[in-house]
Amino acid sequence: MKISLETAGLLAMAAIGVVLIFVLPAVAEVFLLFDLTVFIVMSILALSLALVWGFGGILCFGQSAFFGLGAYTYAVAVINFGESTIPIVLAILLPVILAIVLGYFMFWGRVSDVYLAVITLAVSLIFYYLVGASAGSDYKIGKALLGGYNGMPSVPPINVPGYPKSEIVYGDLYILAASVLMLVYFALRWFLASDFGHVVVSIRENESRAALLGYDTRIYKLTVFAIGGGIAGIAGTLFTAWGAYVSPTVFSMVFTAQIIIWVLVGGLGTLLGAIVGCMLIQFATTWLGETKLADINLILGAVFVLLVLFIPKGIVPMFRDLLGPLIRGRTSAEPRSDNN
Amino acid sequence: MDLALVVLIQVLYAIASLALVSVGLAIIFGMMGVINFAHGEFLMMGGYAFVLSVGAGVNFWIAMLVIAPVTVGVIGIIIERLIIRHLYGRIMETVLATWGLSLFLIGLAATVLGYHQKGVAPPLGKVVIGTYREGGYTFFVIGITIVLLLMVYAGLKYTKFGLIARGTMQNADMSSALGASVNKIYAVTFGVGAALSGLAGAILAPIAGVLPDIGVTYVIKAFITVIGGGAVALSGTVAAAILFGAVNQTVTFLSRPVVGEVALLVVAIVLLRLLPNGITGKYFRKSL
Repeated sequence: MKISLETAGLLAMAAIGVVLIFVLPAVAEVFLLFDLTVFIVMSILALSLALVWGFGGILCFGQSAFFGLGAYTYAVAVINFGESTIPIVLAILLPVILAIVLGYFMFWGRVSDVYLAVITLAVSLIFYYLVGASAGSDYKIGKALLGGYNGMPSVPPINVPGYPKSEIVYGDLYILAASVLMLVYFALRWFLASDFGHVVVSIRENESRAALLGYDTRIYKLTVFAIGGGIAGIAGTLFTAWGAYVSPTVFSMVFTAQIIIWVLVGGLGTLLGAIVGCMLIQFATTWLGETKLADINLILGAVFVLLVLFIPKGIVPMFRDLLGPLIRGRTSAEPRSDNN
Repeated sequence: MDLALVVLIQVLYAIASLALVSVGLAIIFGMMGVINFAHGEFLMMGGYAFVLSVGAGVNFWIAMLVIAPVTVGVIGIIIERLIIRHLYGRIMETVLATWGLSLFLIGLAATVLGYHQKGVAPPLGKVVIGTYREGGYTFFVIGITIVLLLMVYAGLKYTKFGLIARGTMQNADMSSALGASVNKIYAVTFGVGAALSGLAGAILAPIAGVLPDIGVTYVIKAFITVIGGGAVALSGTVAAAILFGAVNQTVTFLSRPVVGEVALLVVAIVLLRLLPNGITGKYFRKSL
């Protein structure tokens, strides 16, 4: 049996992933794992935008709306229920419903491009203002106080389904988050390799051509948008569980712009790029924040500008262009079989 | 009656300030198709140029009307030459580059000037309307916005540069073939947009104060206004500013500021659903 280059790459990634998930907790400090967990959670969020924007061609400036809705839904529900299983389901379901409603509103109205960006941004900012204005004891859902700009503290962690006492925290939360990241990544790879995924990409390439070939492009875009919303909801859940805290900054302009930057830096139109870009930028931000070498904004800003000028496609496509010919050059020298 | 007058003035002021923060972005987006995310920082730099030169003893009006726009205009041209000109026609890359630029400028301002609110008290005293008092500066902001918009309109419509600039925006290859220097026109247009933003930042500085990251609050509103207006830069932005400003201020008056902000965003969403290419996608298509 001959394994294609792509399968080999996938297998290698899966192997690295499994090692990182299960070996790292045994050797690394808890503090490092705690930091890594939030990077991983943000990578899941970055993947959701990589799908919606990079493959669906939907320029969503408000991916934070789904993330934040998931984060708040989890917080409110888990405070009320005291057990995390139903809250997690809700925290995925509500962002999906929001995405379907919003997607129906936009795609059936033929809104696209930068106009779509403004609508999604506006939705996120509406959440920001409304949740921010929810300070005081009047604004509570069940037992949960929303707390305005101060946010919601002391949110209970995720527990093993059915066992409220077995909490998943620190090292265990790392394993959970990393497994979810890997699961989402491979599920998206499978999704994009499916017939449905191919149509999605063809719509990104040329929407009218896909429509003329008989595909109802709106349904495809809506599906991708809803999947992206759900993944962002998962990330939001993990984020709240990680910090036991959520505040309206998850809906802010600065946060939503960050997601876009992660995807662009890593390489638009790749899934791996979203993870790479997100990890790199978060490591850089944390490192600059700890060492206080210079203002974080100053350095990151300069890096982004240089990146656009010299590596416009993003980091992952650059490496692919550099390394691709080397690897492929070797494989193509081997005798080719027609049925691989 | 007095109350109605005061509310009317405040609505006009909301519209004027929205148009003011958007006009520089509208020129750069509408004429060049560049989404400039560092727009808020152009306003911030205008504010600082004004506040610092007033602090150094320069006359209030010279600092506002001359120093701020000239400083930011020159910075804008330098930025266009160094960064933007490499990225024409690549919208998403300009977004990333100008976003990086925005962070860089915020970081620079924070490093050099620190995170202290700086400001200058607004001049022109108070105007008494019945039992209410309204700052005289409010009237100045409304007036100068109208003057500025008329000047931009006249500049585009009646000057030779305006004609060539409009031609270039319609068809760059054609105007290049007819002997216009496209590079120079882009640079000057970007500089004019930056200068207008710097001026707007200076005009609003006595009211809003200046901070390194004050641009973020401006850029959202400017972005939504300009895109809501659609492809026809000037009239689109004015139309969107009138709609959004009126809704924002009326709702703020009836309820509270947060609800006013939310109402603005809801109107923007509904507007873009009904007119997917902005206001000028359907109306005023032949205007400037």
